Formats: sequence, structure tokens, C-alpha cells
Amino acid sequence: MGKRSSSCAKPLIRPSCRSHKPLDTALDIVGLAVRYGPIRAVRGIDLHVTKGCVTALLGANGAGKTTTMMAIAGAVPVSGGSVTIFGADLTNATSDRIVRAGVGISPEGRRVFAQLTVEENLRLAGSVLGDPNRAAELTDRMKTRFPILAERRNQMAGLLSGGEQQMLAVARALMSAPQLLLLDEPSLGLAPQMVDQIFDIIEELKSEGISILLVEQNAALALDVCDHAVVLANGEVVAAGPPSELANDGVLKAAYLAA
Amino acid sequence: MDLLIQQFVNALSLGGIYAMLALGLAIVFSIVRLINFAHGEIMTFGGYGIFLAMAFGFPPVAALVVGLGAAVFMAIAMERTAFRAMRGADVVSLLITSFAVSEILKVLFQNGISARPVPISFPASWSGTYQVGSTTIGIAPTVSILVTIFALIGLTIVLRRTTTGIAMRAAAEDIAMLKLLGVKANRVIAVAFAISGLLAGIAAVIWTAQRGSVDPLMGFFPVLKAFIATVLGGLGSLGGAVLGGFVIGALEVLTQAFLPTGLAPYRDAIVLALVIAALLARPDGLLPAKTANRS
Repeated sequence: MGKRSSSCAKPLIRPSCRSHKPLDTALDIVGLAVRYGPIRAVRGIDLHVTKGCVTALLGANGAGKTTTMMAIAGAVPVSGGSVTIFGADLTNATSDRIVRAGVGISPEGRRVFAQLTVEENLRLAGSVLGDPNRAAELTDRMKTRFPILAERRNQMAGLLSGGEQQMLAVARALMSAPQLLLLDEPSLGLAPQMVDQIFDIIEELKSEGISILLVEQNAALALDVCDHAVVLANGEVVAAGPPSELANDGVLKAAYLAA
Repeated sequence: MDLLIQQFVNALSLGGIYAMLALGLAIVFSIVRLINFAHGEIMTFGGYGIFLAMAFGFPPVAALVVGLGAAVFMAIAMERTAFRAMRGADVVSLLITSFAVSEILKVLFQNGISARPVPISFPASWSGTYQVGSTTIGIAPTVSILVTIFALIGLTIVLRRTTTGIAMRAAAEDIAMLKLLGVKANRVIAVAFAISGLLAGIAAVIWTAQRGSVDPLMGFFPVLKAFIATVLGGLGSLGGAVLGGFVIGALEVLTQAFLPTGLAPYRDAIVLALVIAALLARPDGLLPAKTANRS
């Protein structure tokens, strides 16, 4: 199959994407559980993102993907297990600590601030660093990376197209200079051409050494870009492994059809 | 003609007070969905701040600064002690919490200071007048209009230009997302309360300077009008709050000045009937939240 990337197999400084050594680990989740009242949305999952690699989190609607993302980001309370990010135990830490530990999030539904301009959206996210010079530098970099955002910088984010809003959501997540990027459904509702652009950006970020946890409905796309995939169903891991093994695995299909 | 100009000045002056109070309510509501019924007590506390500072021999201008500080302190203290614990509760629970805070403070003012008005004597020159052509205009209303204008411009600059202001606007839209970005939401909310306190403090300063006394209910009635102003303007809309404040102020002054004496007792009823009529025509208010924020 035509894999977009095999950079993890090349002898780079980056670790092998199969490495679980603590020093090579961006994100390590062990036995994560999340409850919404009586509902056990996530029931003890293990998940690993190696530095500089992309782990895809797959599964049908309601499998617990977004909940897992939100638990990592500190937006929903963890009821069991642990979340370790770059060696630091950040289970149930506040979002601001997690962001300062090097995590950026582009959430489901993009959630750009519609009534703020593109520039203000970026500025706000950059303010977290507490270093105006660094923020200005990152803003410039975002404008080179996403020329459309530079063009629209004074427009209200709510007036952008879906694809442009997705770019802004990713750019905003990158404004805190994260080393681990959480991307939730970046392709949802986008035209195929936009989806290609977004995935090119994911490749680019990966080649810059940013570790990525990617939640994606479109399993084919996700398997194409990831180094490791984890399949969830009903809040549990039902399959995990390199994409080449999962692509033809019945478990993946079953997981999507189950819901 | 002279009377018209004088009443226009009075309307702007009173409307400005309502506008600042309404704006304070709207800023807090837009971010934490709290309809702060204790906002009036923030204003009252500012008034007592002025009174106590004068009693301790502060010069008048310094006493006004103490009053502003007292109002800001009270707003922040309220958020920290009462409303933060209720964060995320529904609008009704928050409203009832604010009722409780309001009642507690009123009782404290009545028993701790005095149930009756305490006098504040500012220099006589403050209640003077000046002539424009043949028209006599009060110094106090003029100063109050200028202060209101500066406060509104200052707030606009803060909301448009500063990172904290941008964060406040973002919080009004999606505070959960703001947190996900790593912004400290508690700080943003505290600043919003501080700003609402500062605006209530400015209102207290103008109010006491014009009336010369403070009582436990001082803030109650103007804030009641400010509530009506926020609803008239569009709940949660900052531009709407300001517009609503000026409209209510103007209606009050105009009905007071030009209503035949026989109808005078019905002044409030007439003003409120007009507000209801306006809301029937525009149920979301004069400047509903979305468009007003977009401006």
C-alpha cells in the first residue's frame, strides 16, 4: 500500500515509533478511565505516542476517542489510570499546566473563536507562553505555514470557510509551541482538497519532530499517515499495532460497524 | 431651549451611570452566565468607601479613589468567596446565590454602619454651575458625562487591544476552549469582576457626588434600572447594555421633566411600559449579543 511516510523507518535521530522507552515517549497512557456520572465512557485504555511519531486513535462514534483526548488535555476528570506526558505525571492536571508541558490541542468541531479575528485567535493562544517575542515569531511562522490565515488575519474567524477554520484551529494549537499535538477529527466536513492540505500539514509537522495523537473518522486516511494505530470500541482498546497490520484486519471493520 | 439642553445633560449623566452599571452586569453575565443581583451592593460598598475615607480625613479626591478601590475589592471578593464555588451551576442557582450575597451585605451595611443615610460633604464648588451662552449647566453632571465617556473608551481599548480583553471576549464565546488553550480562566474571570467593580465604583462616585449621602440601599435602585437596561439592550451584549442604559436614563429624565404633574406618579410605570413595548418589538433586545460583540 502506498504509505505517505516511512520516515520512522529511516535512520533519523528520532526513535523508532515502536519504542516504549521512557526517554522516547511523548505520551504514555496506562489504564485510563473516564466516567460521565454512571456512564463509563473510557474503560481502562492504554495508549502510547512515541516522540516524533503519529499515533492514530480510531473507532466509531461514541467509542471514547474524543473523551480520551479531553482527558489528556485536562478538560474532563480522569477516574482511573495515569497520563504521563514527556515523563511528567499529568493525570488530572489543569489544562494550563498540560499546555505548558508542551501539549497543543485542536479539538473536535474546531471551536475557533468566531467573533475574534484570525489574528486575535492566534494572539490569545500565543499569550500562554508569556513571551511576546516568541509569540510574534510563532505568529510569523504560522502565517508562512498557512498563507490563507495571513491573508485573512483581520477577518472574524466565524467568516472563514470550514477548511480555513480547521487551519486556524491547528495554527492556534501550534501557537504554544507544543511538542505533542492532539488533533481531533481534522478532516471532518471538509472538501477532499482541503483534507489533502490538512494531511500534508500533519506530515510536515511530523517531519519537524512534533509528536501527534490523531483522532480520525476516516480510517483509511489515518492509517496512511500514522506510525501506530489504536482502535477503540465502547471505551476499550480492541486492536493496536502498526497500520500495515491493521489495514486488513477485520477488527477495525468490526469496530466501526459495531456502533 | 435652555431647559431642553439642561435636561439633555441630565439625561446623559443619568444614562451614563446606568450604562456603566449595565455594562458591569453584562461583562460578568457574558462570561460566567451570572446575573449578579449583588451588583448594587458593590456600588453601595464603593459609596461607603468614600464615606469612611472622608471620615478618616482623606481629601475628597483621594476619598473617591478609595471608593473605587472598595468597589473593585468587593467585586473580586464576591467572585472569590461566593461565585467561584458555584462556577458552572445553572443560571437560576447563580441568581439565587447572588440574591443571598446581596441580602447578607445589605444587613451588614444596616447593622455595621447605619440603616439611615450617612452624609458625605464634598466641596461646595462641586455642586456649582457654569454658563454656556444663556444656559446654566451643572458641573457635576458635566463631569459625570466626561467620566462616563472616558470609562467607555477605556473599556473598549481594553477589550479590543489587550490580551486580557481578547481573552474576555473569547471567554464569552467558549470558556472551555479558552481553558484548553492553556489560558488561566480564573484570572480572566477575576479581571471581568474587577472591571465590573470598577465601573460600579465610578457609578458610586458620581452618584454620591451628586446626592451627598450613602445608605444601604443606595446601589439597589440604580442597579435595578441597569438590569432593565441590559434586558432592553440584549442580555449579554455589551453594546446593548450601554445603549439600554442611556435609553432608560433618557426616558426617566424626560418623563420627569415633561410629564404633566397629574401623570408624575406613573413615571416608572410609563418608562417600564415603553421598555416592554420595545421588547415586544425586538424580543432579543435593541442590540442582541452576537451582532453587538461582532461590531
